[in-house]
Amino acid sequence: MADMTANAPVLEGPSGPKPRRRFSRRNIFLYGTLIVVSMYYLLPLYVMVVTSLKGMPEIRLGNIFSPPMEITYEPWVKAWAEACTGINCDGLSRGFMNSVQILVPSVVLSIAIASVNGYALANWRFKGSEVFFTILIIGAFIPYQTMLYPIVIMLREIGLMGSIWGLVLVHTVFGMPILTLLFRNYFTSIPEELFKAARVDGAGFWGIYLRIMVPMSLPIFVVAMILQVTGIWNDFLFGVIYTKPETYPMTVQLNNIVNSVQGIKEYNVNMAATLLTGLVPLIIYFVSGKLFVRGIAAGAVKG
Amino acid sequence: MKLTTKLLAATAIVSATSASAVDLEVTHWWTSGGEAAAVSKFAEALNTRTEHNWIDGAIAGSGGTARPIIISRILGGDPMAATQLNHGRQAEELIEAGLMTDLTEVAEAEGWADIVNPPSLLDACTFEGRIYCVPVNIHSAQWIWISHGAFEKAGVPVPTNWDEFVAGAPALQEAGIVPLAMGQQGWQQSIAFGALAVGLAGVDTWLAVNRDKNAEVAAGPEYARVFAAAADARELARDSNVQDWNLATNMVITDTAGGQIMGDWAQGEFQVAGEVAGEDYSCLPGLGFNEVLDTGGDAFYFPAIDDPEVRAAQLELASLLISPEVQVSFNLAKGSLPVRGDIDMSSANDCMQKGLNILASGGVLPSGDMNLSPDTSTQIEELMAEFWSSDMSAEDAQARYAAIIADAD
Amino acid sequence: MDASRRPNQLFRNLNAKLASIPMIVTALVVFVGGTTWTVVHSFTNSRLLPKLNFVGLDQYERLWSSSRWMISIENLAIYGACSMILSLLIGFTLAALLDRKIRFEGAFRTIFLYPFALSFVVTGLAWQWILNPDFGIQGVVRDWGWEGFVFDPLNNPDIVIFGILIAGIWQGSGFIMVIMLAGLRGIDEDIWKATRVEGIPAWKTYIQVIIPMMRPVFVTALVLIASGIIKLYDLVVAQTNGGPGLSSEVPAKYVIEYMFRAQNLAQGFAASTMMLVSVIIILVPWAYLEFGGKKRG
Repeated sequence: MADMTANAPVLEGPSGPKPRRRFSRRNIFLYGTLIVVSMYYLLPLYVMVVTSLKGMPEIRLGNIFSPPMEITYEPWVKAWAEACTGINCDGLSRGFMNSVQILVPSVVLSIAIASVNGYALANWRFKGSEVFFTILIIGAFIPYQTMLYPIVIMLREIGLMGSIWGLVLVHTVFGMPILTLLFRNYFTSIPEELFKAARVDGAGFWGIYLRIMVPMSLPIFVVAMILQVTGIWNDFLFGVIYTKPETYPMTVQLNNIVNSVQGIKEYNVNMAATLLTGLVPLIIYFVSGKLFVRGIAAGAVKG
Repeated sequence: MKLTTKLLAATAIVSATSASAVDLEVTHWWTSGGEAAAVSKFAEALNTRTEHNWIDGAIAGSGGTARPIIISRILGGDPMAATQLNHGRQAEELIEAGLMTDLTEVAEAEGWADIVNPPSLLDACTFEGRIYCVPVNIHSAQWIWISHGAFEKAGVPVPTNWDEFVAGAPALQEAGIVPLAMGQQGWQQSIAFGALAVGLAGVDTWLAVNRDKNAEVAAGPEYARVFAAAADARELARDSNVQDWNLATNMVITDTAGGQIMGDWAQGEFQVAGEVAGEDYSCLPGLGFNEVLDTGGDAFYFPAIDDPEVRAAQLELASLLISPEVQVSFNLAKGSLPVRGDIDMSSANDCMQKGLNILASGGVLPSGDMNLSPDTSTQIEELMAEFWSSDMSAEDAQARYAAIIADAD
Repeated sequence: MDASRRPNQLFRNLNAKLASIPMIVTALVVFVGGTTWTVVHSFTNSRLLPKLNFVGLDQYERLWSSSRWMISIENLAIYGACSMILSLLIGFTLAALLDRKIRFEGAFRTIFLYPFALSFVVTGLAWQWILNPDFGIQGVVRDWGWEGFVFDPLNNPDIVIFGILIAGIWQGSGFIMVIMLAGLRGIDEDIWKATRVEGIPAWKTYIQVIIPMMRPVFVTALVLIASGIIKLYDLVVAQTNGGPGLSSEVPAKYVIEYMFRAQNLAQGFAASTMMLVSVIIILVPWAYLEFGGKKRG
């Protein structure tokens, strides 16, 4: 069986022209540009972190860019465990567990279904399969708002309105277009001979999928997982419409905390809450950034 | 124990089964400091005085954020036990579709028709002779809040009506003070416009436009004056670049703005900041001209749930919300006026007393929510948002306003 | 693996058909069914609840005479055009810079990509804070002594959409960069060698040779950017909520507000139908070329 990296042999390193000297004018320009651009990308993160470590009096004094004179972790504690929405004062902690409970089944189910779809589209086309696929892709562009109302009615009819499984279903449906596209493109890039050989050996639809396609497609599963984890974790619209207060995901609670102005706006608590909510996807990106780039190269781009 | 007797009577009418503890999920969008304190009065009352439990379903943001969630859950067959909605025309269709619990039995047993003042509040809850909601408070929008500190700094006397306020504005500007604080959101600008209309055009004209949808009056000379005043106000608010209403209120509290036209809920912000009515700030209902207030406010609806125990508990909650003790504690915390005139509100502050007096003397208007559909209100808010953030002339704005009123249903 | 080359017995493909049921159901029931339902109801006068009380094109007439809708469309057009051009430009430039055998490539890549992990709500809040005229960039520069400095995109109705653009580009351009980078890594080293031998400058090589070779990559990137643009909603809500006035309204927000806040469902449906129509006009020819024809992906 072929090495799985065989699909992306070009990833071994940069292919641009080689720089010649270390301190050439070109190099200064190159790194200078990159550093200036990096500042634009880092600025918001820096401001959020710095603000979240300041006390309110210091924030009111002005400059949002200056580092905290006195570091305080109070806003973080407050955001996690004490911030109030209405009369519930338990911060984001409740939403965290809800988000996990929504995230895990949604990610697993959506990737399982989309990968099988992509596999069927790539290797087992049948009459009409491309038509459904085209509809699905156009579906990726439909503003979700168009669907909100009919979906309320559909969920009501199958009795899942307000439950976590209803939300899982919605995430699966809306994750399907892009994921199916990813998997379909990736599976078409797997050498045809492998598929043929397996067919000769008598393997069927599911046999080939489980024994050949899945083990060979790790990079694209990683990409799909990263996209889904961040997408579902960051979702606000579906979470707020299709769940109820006990099962609100973390983003909805973030919105609740940020918009519950009790007296004055506590920018530091808001920023701490914002960072806490963004932590899960951020960690995933920092840890698996390289795999992500690899997977994108192997899957998305070959479309 | 009179209340308990009534309560039991009410419960008995609906269901013969003995009520057992039920968790009642209640959704609302009261999340600011004073509001949260007020809600907890409800929750406390339910938890301590009945065997049921209050499950708080606060949704932050505003009615605009919360309403889609509330409505889609009711439509989606997974309703909460009770929910805040502005009374008025917003819930008509839900009632028509049979999605709301009929509260008439409790209302009749307790004689709501005799205790709710003004009666228009109960009318707003009534649909084809049946009662579907409990009004819990009265909010009025026709107030201007004036900073004494700002006018002292500018060396002009504190105004007692809108004309004096406008006359004092140049002095404020010279002293580096923004004359009028205004959050740049359509609904706030619409409130300011409404207050100017009641104050300058008078009650009859206001009713002709808002209740009778008379487009000719809306295009007429009285309203031309209102639009001219709104254009003046736009100039006074030129340098106010905040978005949220409470940040605009904060400008008045910190004396960086001369005043703000805003509903009586602004009072909560002054209280939190420790300001004293009559010393640090003053409030002028009807902008100091016509001492009338509209009687909007909040009400609770009880979505229909097919479980007799929940239904009994819903009725218990309904009667609890309007009971005298809960009305007093809730409204003092919220800074709003109670819906019944038969209770003692002597601990209320100056501004609230002004409101209570107007209420007692009958200077009330039905609120915009009861007259205009949300569709029409949204169009007016859009027009106001555009008007206040551009150089649209008063004449153009009035022509478009008249067109909206002509199309209103 | 063209279908025609495989034995076309029904039982062979039965499994594939069974496995595709979720996709078919999603495509037909949710996407086609849901949009049809929405389109049909856009011709009614539904208010809070959907009702089949037809009123012809009334909702559309009102929509096109609404100045808020026109502002929304104009904003989306400006945002869309700028965001497409800038995302591609920035994404490609950064990828090209990273592709030049530099040190710390991983660090730079992570820095450019991390905003993509954050939600639009978070993005909007962070940039709202940075662009706050009193505390943010404007305030800081004024503190440095430059009193007349003005940088208040979120408070100036004429340029507010660019304030949103700054945040949108920040969030999304890193992802485009990754796609571009992946595309550049797919370019054969020999091409670089050949152009160097012929003495063609690097920038010329990019424009004349590399970019044409990367056509599919640009198509993928464009599709991703475009699908994000039409859905622009959360960012605006978090950053400006459509203000000041109506100056940063967008179509998706119009839909939501009319459906739920104004309780005029049919008006919201009419607006979303218009969005759908424009998407279809742009997409169908492309989808046909890309997936519908004989060409394989």
